Amino acid sequence: MLLPRIIRGLTFVILVVPLVCGLVGTALPAFGYLPTLGGDHLTLHFFADLFARPGIGRSILLTFATAFMTTALSFLVVIVFVAGWAGTHAFARLQHLVSPLLALPHAAAAFGLAFLIAPSGFLLRLVSPWLTGFDRPPGWLIVHDPLGLAMVTGLVVKEVPFLLLVTFAALPQLRLEQTRRLAASFGYGRIAGFSYLLAPPLYGQIRLAVYAVLAYASSVVDVSAILGPTLPATLPVRLLQWMNDPDLALRFVASAGALVQLVLTLSALALWWAAECGVGRLARFVCAGGARFRRDAWLRSLSLGLVTLSAFFIFAGMAILALWSVAGLWQFPNALPNELTMRNWARHLPQITTPLITTVYVALISTTLAVLLTLGCLEREVVWGRRAGHMVLTLIYLPLIVPQISFIFGLQVLTIITGTEASLVALVLVHLIFVLPYVFLSLSDPWRAYDRRYELIAAALGVPRWRVLMRVRLPMLLRAILTAAAVGFAVSVGQYLPTVLIGAGRLTTITTEAVALASGGDGRVIGIYAFLQALLPFLGFAIASLAPALLFRHRGALRV
Amino acid sequence: MTSAKGLVLSSIDIALAHRPLIALEAMVAPGTVLTIMGPSGSGKSTLLAYVGGFLDPVFTATGAVTIDGLDLTALPAEERHAGILFQDPLLFPHLSVASNVAFAIPSSVRQRAERRAIAEAVLKDVGLDGFGGRDPATLSGGQKARVALMRVLVARPRLLLLDEPFSKLDMALRDQTRRLVFERARVAGLPVVLVTHDIADAQAAGGQIIEVGMNA
Amino acid sequence: MRSISTVITSGVTLALIAAVSARAQTPDPSDWPAVVSQAKGETVYWNAWGGSDNVNDFIAWTGRQLQKRYGFKVVEVKVADTAEAVAKVVADKAAGKNTDGSVDLIWINGENFVAMKKQNLFFTPGWATKLPNWKYVDTRNPTVTTDFNEPTDGLESPWGNAKLVFFYDSARTKKADLPNNAEQLLAWAKAHPGRFSYPAPPAFMGTTFLKQVLYELMDDKSKFYKPVDKMSFKQYVAPLFSYLDQIKPYLWHEGRDYPKDYPAMKQMLADGSLGIIFAFNPSEASSAIEAGKLPKTVRSFTFSGGTLGNTHFVAIPYNAAAKAAALVLANFLISPEAQFHKQNPEYWGDPTVLSMQKLPGEWQKKFAALKLGVATLPPSELGPIIREPDASWTDAIEAAWKKRYGVAH
Repeated sequence: MLLPRIIRGLTFVILVVPLVCGLVGTALPAFGYLPTLGGDHLTLHFFADLFARPGIGRSILLTFATAFMTTALSFLVVIVFVAGWAGTHAFARLQHLVSPLLALPHAAAAFGLAFLIAPSGFLLRLVSPWLTGFDRPPGWLIVHDPLGLAMVTGLVVKEVPFLLLVTFAALPQLRLEQTRRLAASFGYGRIAGFSYLLAPPLYGQIRLAVYAVLAYASSVVDVSAILGPTLPATLPVRLLQWMNDPDLALRFVASAGALVQLVLTLSALALWWAAECGVGRLARFVCAGGARFRRDAWLRSLSLGLVTLSAFFIFAGMAILALWSVAGLWQFPNALPNELTMRNWARHLPQITTPLITTVYVALISTTLAVLLTLGCLEREVVWGRRAGHMVLTLIYLPLIVPQISFIFGLQVLTIITGTEASLVALVLVHLIFVLPYVFLSLSDPWRAYDRRYELIAAALGVPRWRVLMRVRLPMLLRAILTAAAVGFAVSVGQYLPTVLIGAGRLTTITTEAVALASGGDGRVIGIYAFLQALLPFLGFAIASLAPALLFRHRGALRV
Repeated sequence: MTSAKGLVLSSIDIALAHRPLIALEAMVAPGTVLTIMGPSGSGKSTLLAYVGGFLDPVFTATGAVTIDGLDLTALPAEERHAGILFQDPLLFPHLSVASNVAFAIPSSVRQRAERRAIAEAVLKDVGLDGFGGRDPATLSGGQKARVALMRVLVARPRLLLLDEPFSKLDMALRDQTRRLVFERARVAGLPVVLVTHDIADAQAAGGQIIEVGMNA
Repeated sequence: MRSISTVITSGVTLALIAAVSARAQTPDPSDWPAVVSQAKGETVYWNAWGGSDNVNDFIAWTGRQLQKRYGFKVVEVKVADTAEAVAKVVADKAAGKNTDGSVDLIWINGENFVAMKKQNLFFTPGWATKLPNWKYVDTRNPTVTTDFNEPTDGLESPWGNAKLVFFYDSARTKKADLPNNAEQLLAWAKAHPGRFSYPAPPAFMGTTFLKQVLYELMDDKSKFYKPVDKMSFKQYVAPLFSYLDQIKPYLWHEGRDYPKDYPAMKQMLADGSLGIIFAFNPSEASSAIEAGKLPKTVRSFTFSGGTLGNTHFVAIPYNAAAKAAALVLANFLISPEAQFHKQNPEYWGDPTVLSMQKLPGEWQKKFAALKLGVATLPPSELGPIIREPDASWTDAIEAAWKKRYGVAH
């Protein structure tokens, strides 16, 4: 009983203390206070300065709109797809595809997409010049388009697998088959039946993941920089530019912007929440009308098509990145490189070893810690009842809701003060801040939805608590635990901002190296790093999906 | 402290947020069945949770549970040895049928082979010879119910708690399973507390019947 | 909870004690043997722009040489923009970390140098001219001691020269059509819509292009070398922005998007998206052909009236943890051997900062024998060097550009 309590306290310290310090460290300069840079009195001047910047309104609007569009699209695609296909063979097969899709870090996926759809990209090369007549790339503005559609696409193809994965983890707790048959017996269409009867409890389970998608999409830096509008860029991208500007006065403006970013993200969440209520009411209204929506075949096909398309973008993007990594000269409109060479790899591999080791090391430790802490917190819930830790557990989601950029600068100052800058310990801890919520998010729903009577029976058989945990609950939740660990691992591998700031450039990972090298815009270098970036989490997910499948290959009830 | 044989529930009082839920006083002799009857939400399952030692902390409860003179009230669930059967058989889906049974065998039986042999023998006892290696998901409803029962009994419980264990079975199977459970409990000399809203269950049990939640 | 905070507190205390005791003696370059012996075992975190394979390879090579000869480690910290390194030093200072800073050496010049100098963020007193290999440096070249009109005061040591040159693909663009100045470039762009662009400032290549055009269009070139006068700035840059306004509709994507940086422009030249690109290194095209990134038909040209040229440096922050090793590294960079390796287009092709006359005979011969590469202009055809303007122009032009073009219509 003592252990879970310590774990809960520790979780609290790990998540909340850095967050609060970081926010304070950001808020003070936002209001003009940072004595080292000559800011010694409080002022609103920097907010005025921020809002006077050219195109700032458009940046904010863009950020808000793209985030909302990303979330709404991703959610709709996922929910309609699950409604239309859950329980089918196509669905079961897709489940094995989701993990590799999710494994790919956002930056790599974005690069892959860019190399596919750009005017000089692979898709147009395929049909040029024989079909299009182009011998040079046409002047179409596809990537970096002013409306941010390329960026939304890039985000959606990554968020769909994330939401699918969370949904898969939650589905076994629903009485999918029975409910579907019941709905069908009343004459409801597949999608309608699911939406009326299963979507509400399902949404209850994946709601926080949806919020996380929204918060992420509203504060993402890397994808936005790679695919998003440039003139002006989205708010988070501009904030990072100001943070890094040698004109130190811009630090204050950036800090003010970081607070605006916080408000922006929270407003997006509030609007989503309002929309949630509205849609719920509408659904109940429609449901009460008894509409059956029997002819939903077109919608089912559409959802399957969209999911397939997003998978295609990722896999094809990866293939193109791999191709670029071994490309010599590769001129438009050639569909394949003029020459293939291992020279790029030979050149980069020796420099990659150290970052690679750091990446794996940090990801493994932070993920292991996150899983243990999560199990500890959840176990405490089991022992003491759900409400005992509810407040604290809400706090766990803070790092997903508060935009990274809003507290990361202050955090860096904290590590410098404590002398832990560029230390593995600090890096692991800062990764833990972001890994833990994702692990928790992935694991808590299946954990809570677990049928407790299994444990009651086991306890009643006279089996000690820890043995019940080890022999009954953990094995039954093995898939969920491994999935959560793989998510955590992928999150750690993909961390850019925290790694750059806390690693201070001394501890580098594949991702920080990729982004630094990508600043040159060379497809070959991007190909190599994005490929490696994808490989690591992919391995994690492969284990998470193969291990339970192998272990439980003779157990029908555990096949999802 | 009474030294009577059997299960004694003395001055049991369970409340939820200061609202009294259930209060009773009862004695269940070894091999007999106490039936608690009442509609859904009357708190009858809560009583089982209290006796079994897994009451949700949102409830407040007082009163003593003793068995053969041993006070269980302060003991955690795993030390009470109060076997329980729910509506669903709840076989552990990750374990084979035999492993499900073996899981329940007390740790005093150390030898793996011996545990295995006990499990197989117990299965044979209820007509499931050769089912040991099977995946529980492949069993019929009646077969699952029998495995669940034997899993409880092989743990050598002090008493048996039944939470509407027959309600999901079809008519023919229900009667058959009911007889099996009560007979085995009688043979093992276990006091049984049965919670149900089916009068047929109560009649088959043949013991004392307490109705709860009628005047709530 | 209390025990946790105790652990944290004691951990912090320990870390602080460690930081204080680890503070090394400040090295003095005039006592060189002492510097060399102090450098042993240190680790130099060298913050450098990481966007180019050639540069990263050269830095890795440097690291191997120094490990072998002086027994210290060099770690390249790749930054997307030098400003990030400056920002780190500033963050250190903000946190009161005045020793054991996170940056030991920065690849730097221009406005970043001036910003750090003004903030007193450099290791002082000036050390560059006291380096043993300083004797080889071509000090007649004013840009090795004046960085964007700002005296270096020995706070940074030069290690390479840059000069603006243009590249085209002779298989797609006719040599006879090539422009010879900014005005002709505008005409060329009008004749070939969508085939020219420049990286959006503050990407340094983009800013360089703007400064080139500004210089050419300025009546009174002396203004270029004086600090920006806020009152008359608008008037001085008016010709530049009129030029940019005129060229914008003919830019790639009509100026609604800009290439990321030089390596991106390279691929765009290979694809034919762009017809003319430019770089800050005369042998860049040859290196790129060598590396299979540009077709063999790419050639260079420059403006006969001159193009911008400057020198790039390394500097040591005031709070660097490995000052001695950083000094040895800076000294190695201006050794004939390192400069020779660097100027070889097979590796990088970056022009040397050394004076040929000052070098020993054997090195003079080696440098003279270096093959320039098929797409590199011989020094005689590179045209005059236009010195960089006063550093204040950089920020001012960038800000004005962002204001005017930072939001597309």
